[in-house]
Amino acid sequence: MLIFEQSQSGRRATAQAPGNAATLKSIPESLRRKQPAALPEVSEMQSVRHYTRLSRKNFSIDTHFYPLGSCTMKYNPRGCNTLAMLPGFVARHPYAPESHSQGFMACMYELQEILKEVTGMREVSLTPAAGAQGEFTGIAMIKAYHDTNGDHERSEIIVPDAAHGTNPATAVMCGYKVREIPTMKDGDIDIDALKSVLGPQTAGIMLTNPSTVGVFERRIREISDLVHKAGGLLYYDGANLNAILGKVRPGDMGFDAIHMNLHKTFSTPHGGGGPGAGPVGVSERLIPFLPVPMVSYDGGNYQWLTQTERPQSIGQLTAFGGNSGVLLRAYIYAKMLGREGMVRVAEYATLNANYLMKLLTDSGFQAAYPERRASHEFILTLKKEANELGVSTMDFAKRMLDYGVHAPTTYFPLLIPECLLVEPTETESLEELDNFVEVMQKIRHEAEHQPEIVTSAPHSMPVKRLDDVKAARELDLRWQPPES
Amino acid sequence: MSNTPDGLKYAKTHEWVKDNGDGTVTVGISDHAQELLGDLVFVELPEAGSDIAAGDEIAVVESVKAASDIYSPLSGKILGINEVLNDAPESINDSPYEEGWLFTLKITDKSELDALMDADAYTKHAQDEEH
Amino acid sequence: MPFIPHTEEDVNRMLSSIGVDSIESLFDEIPEDLKCGDLDAIPAGMSEMEITELMHQRAAADGQPCCFIGAGAYDHHIPAAVWELATRGEFYTAYTPYQAEASQGTLQLLYEYQSMMTALTGMDVSNASLYDGASAVAESILMAVRANRKSKSRRVLLPRSLHPAYRKTVQTIVKHQKIELIELPFDTASGKTDLDALDNYSGDDITALVIPQPNFFGVLEDVDALTNWAMSNGAISIAVVNPLALAILKPPGEWGDEGVDICCGEGQPLGIPLSSGGPYLGFMCCRQQHVRQMPGRIIGATEDLDGKRGYSLTLQAREQHIRRSKATSNICTNQGLMVTAATIYMALLGGEGMAHTAAAAHANTGKLVEKLCSIDGVDTLFSSPVFHERVLKINASPKNVLRSLAAHNLLGGYDLGAEYPELGDAILVCATEKRTEQQIESFRDKLDRIMNRQAKCPVTPKFDQP
Repeated sequence: MLIFEQSQSGRRATAQAPGNAATLKSIPESLRRKQPAALPEVSEMQSVRHYTRLSRKNFSIDTHFYPLGSCTMKYNPRGCNTLAMLPGFVARHPYAPESHSQGFMACMYELQEILKEVTGMREVSLTPAAGAQGEFTGIAMIKAYHDTNGDHERSEIIVPDAAHGTNPATAVMCGYKVREIPTMKDGDIDIDALKSVLGPQTAGIMLTNPSTVGVFERRIREISDLVHKAGGLLYYDGANLNAILGKVRPGDMGFDAIHMNLHKTFSTPHGGGGPGAGPVGVSERLIPFLPVPMVSYDGGNYQWLTQTERPQSIGQLTAFGGNSGVLLRAYIYAKMLGREGMVRVAEYATLNANYLMKLLTDSGFQAAYPERRASHEFILTLKKEANELGVSTMDFAKRMLDYGVHAPTTYFPLLIPECLLVEPTETESLEELDNFVEVMQKIRHEAEHQPEIVTSAPHSMPVKRLDDVKAARELDLRWQPPES
Repeated sequence: MSNTPDGLKYAKTHEWVKDNGDGTVTVGISDHAQELLGDLVFVELPEAGSDIAAGDEIAVVESVKAASDIYSPLSGKILGINEVLNDAPESINDSPYEEGWLFTLKITDKSELDALMDADAYTKHAQDEEH
Repeated sequence: MPFIPHTEEDVNRMLSSIGVDSIESLFDEIPEDLKCGDLDAIPAGMSEMEITELMHQRAAADGQPCCFIGAGAYDHHIPAAVWELATRGEFYTAYTPYQAEASQGTLQLLYEYQSMMTALTGMDVSNASLYDGASAVAESILMAVRANRKSKSRRVLLPRSLHPAYRKTVQTIVKHQKIELIELPFDTASGKTDLDALDNYSGDDITALVIPQPNFFGVLEDVDALTNWAMSNGAISIAVVNPLALAILKPPGEWGDEGVDICCGEGQPLGIPLSSGGPYLGFMCCRQQHVRQMPGRIIGATEDLDGKRGYSLTLQAREQHIRRSKATSNICTNQGLMVTAATIYMALLGGEGMAHTAAAAHANTGKLVEKLCSIDGVDTLFSSPVFHERVLKINASPKNVLRSLAAHNLLGGYDLGAEYPELGDAILVCATEKRTEQQIESFRDKLDRIMNRQAKCPVTPKFDQP
C-alpha cells in the first residue's frame, strides 16, 4: 500500500512542525499557493512503520550476498556512517569560513593525499559527485588541455566496444565524436584496430583496466605509448579499481586522467542508487584544469583553492564542493585500512573471484575467458543453458533471488551472449562463496528437470516477475487520487 | 522463421520499402527486425514535410531493453506518418508490413529504389548477420 | 585485516582449489614492471576506536557556529525518524534497483517520491533525482534544447538573480554543446529580473528561459509574467525553485496561463543536513509531453504475473546504458539515499506541516531583518517581498564584520561582494524556523557592537584567525 493510500484528512505528525502558520501577509496573494500540497497526511508512527516495512522489501549488502559485477558491493563499515554523521560534520554550512572548517578540511586534504598515492597521480580533486561526473570531468579536462594548446582538430574519443555506456555518453557531452574499437577473443583490446583509428583527430581514449570483461589489459603500456605518440591523452575509468588497489597504479600505466568511484572501492554506501562520489586524479599536464574547489595546506592551515587560484580550472560541477558526506565516509574507511589494508583489498577481491570462477567452471559452467585470470570479477556465459534448456540468464538471475542471493550483473557487457558478470568482493567469506556455487548448481538442476520453476521465478519475493513492457507502454509515474 | 514478403524492397539496416507506383513509397521495419528488438514500447517518428537523404537517421524505435535508429532507405520528402504508432507501438510487432508502417515518402531518385535488396537477398543478408 | 573474513586455513584451501601457491601468483598476468612498491605515503591503519577519537576532535574543531547563512543550503529541523529510517541497512546498502522483484522497497519509495514532487510542483512527472540543484539546472537546460525542436538558436536566458554557483555549474556542464547563455539583469530597486530587459528579446529565437523562485536574493520574482513571456516567445520555461517554499508559494505548474515546461531545484531543505554542501539531491519535474527528453532514472508502476501492483525502472531506453552516445545524459545514478530521506520528510510533515515550517522561516527572517535594521548603518536593499532570505546593506566592510561575528561563533550571512560588486557592501541573511528569539537577539547585539566599533575606528582592524 502506498503512503498516500493511508492518508486521512487532518491527520499530522504534530511534533515535527509549528502548530500554527505564521502570517504570510507580506507575500502578495497572486504568488501564494491556494491550498496545501496534496502530500500524505499520516501520523509519525504510520510513517515509521510504512518505511520500515518498505525497507524490508529490499535486498541489500547488510542482508544478502550481492555479487553485482562492476558495482563492488562490499561491506560498508558502520563506523564510517556513525563518524561522518557527527553533529560537527552534518551541521557545517558549505559557506562556513575557513576558520570554522579546519577539521573538515583536514579530512579532505588527507583524502586527496591518500588517493594521489594509491593511484600514482600527481593531483586529485574530490569534487565530482559521481562516477559519471568524474568521467565528464576527465574528458572536459582533456578537451581544455587540447584547446589551451591550440590543438582544435582533435575531435574523437576512442572507446572500446565493451565499455560502460557512460563512456560514449560522456564523450558526446564534451562535444566529441566516439570511435569504437573491438575487443579480441582473449579479452584484450585489438591493438591493430587501435592503430588504425589513431591520428591527428584523436583527442584521447577511455579505458577501464581491468577491463569491463574482467581481465587485465596486458599491453597497457604499449597502448599508452601509441596514444601519447599520436598526441592523445588516456582516460582511466575507475570502475574496477578494486581489483588493483595498492598493486598497480593508473598513474604508472600512463594514464593522464582518472576517476575513482568511492562508492565502490572506498566502500561508501550505494544508498539504493546513490549518492556516489567520483574524485579525479591527473598527470602533470592536466593539473591546471582540475575542477574546483580543492583543499591546500601550508603547513599550518588548510585553504580552499577556487577559480581565483586556479584560473584555468574547468570550473565547478555542483553548487558546493561535491558530496562531502560521502568523501568523509571514504576518508574514514581509508584511514581504517591504512597502507597494508589497502593492498589486501585487491588481493582478497582477486582471490575470491578466482576461487569462485574455478569452482563454477569445475562444476560445468562456461567462463567467457577461461584461459585468463579473473580480476576482481569474471564473466560466465549461459549460452549453452539457454540453447539446450531454454532457460535464459534472466531466468537464472530471477531464480537466485528465491535462494536469497542477489543476482550478478546480467547482459553486460553486451558483446558476450547470455552473460553474468560476477563480483564477489573481498569482504565475503568462503562459506558465502561456496553457497553461491551450490545455488547455481541447484538452479541448473531445476532447469534440467522442472524448467518452469526457473522461467517463472521469482516465487518468494514481494512480487512475481514484473511486466516491464506494460510499465513502458502505459506510463504510470505518479499516484493520483481516485476520481470521486 | 521470420516473414519476408516478396514484392517489397529491403535495406541492409532492416527497413522495408513498398513502391506505391506513383513516385511515392511506404517504409517500415522488417519482421526480422521487430523480432530482434522485442516488444516495442515507443516510436519516435519524423515530421511530415521534412526533406531527407538516404541514410539519414529519421526515427527511433524503443523496446524495454533497446533503442534502435531507423535510417531512411531513400531520399525524398516525408508525406505522411503513421500516427497510430504514437498510441500503439505494438502494431509494429503485430503487423510489421501492414498496420505497422512508419511513414510515406515522395522519392527524388528512383535509382536508389532499384539499388535495394529483394526478399531473397535480404533473407540471406539477415542470416549472414546472425553468424 | 579490516573487513576481510578469511582465515589462514580458508586462504590455503582456496589457493589449492585454484591451483596456485600464493595470492601473488593470481596477479601473474600483470607485467612485473608495472607493479608498485610499498605505499609509504599512506598512513598505517587505525582501529575504529582510534579513528573515532580523531573524528570527534576534527568535528569539534569546527565549532558548530550559530548559522544565519542560507545561500542555497538551509539549516532546517530534521525529524529524528528521517535518518533513523534512511540509514537502515536495507536502504543504506542496497544498490540501484536493477532486480525489481528484490528492490520493491526502494522502487515503491521512489514512486512515492515522484508522486510527492509532482504534488508539490503541480507538474505531470518527476524523475528519481539528479546530483544537486545546480547540476539539475544544467541538465534542464540541456533537456530544453532537446525538447524545443522549433528553436534553432540554442540561446538560453539565465537571470543574474540565479544563484552564482548555479550559473557557474551550468557554464561548466553545457560548455561543449554550443549553447549560448545570455545573462538577464535584475532591477536594482526591486531585486527582481528586469522585465524591460527581457522585452528586448521578444520576437527573437530563444530556446529557453530560466526562472528562479525565490531568486538568490530571497526575492520573489514575477513568475506569471516570466512564464507567459516564455510561452508567447516559443521558449521552454524552466523554473528553479526551493521545494519548501512551494508549500506556501504558487506551484510552477500553475505559473502564468499554462504553467512551466520544466521545474527543477535543490531538495536539500527536505530533511537533508547541511553537511558541507553535499550529498544533496537535485529534483526535476516536467510536462508529460517532455518526459522522453528527461534525464535520470524514472520509476513506473506496473503489474506482476499475478496482476499484483509493483514498481520498476522504466523508460530506460533514454539512458546511457542502452543509448550510449545518444543518451539524454551520462548520469547513471540518482541520489537514492537523499531521496529516501526527502520522501520520509515529506510524509512526516505533510502539506500543512511544510507550509507551517515555511511560514515560520519566512516570519523568522522578517523578525531578524527588523531587528538588524534597527542598528545604525544597516538597511534592507530591495523593496520586494521575500521568502526566507534578504539582502542587507551595511555601512561597513562585510568581510570584516562577518569575520568578527565568526569569532563569536556566529555565521552572520553571505558576503555578496565577490559575486555582486554592483551592490556595494551587502550581505544575504537567513533565519530558518530553527533560529530562536535569543539567537536573533544575540546576532543583533553582536552586530550592533561590531558596527559601533567599526564606526569609531577608521583604520580597518586586523582580526586574528581563531
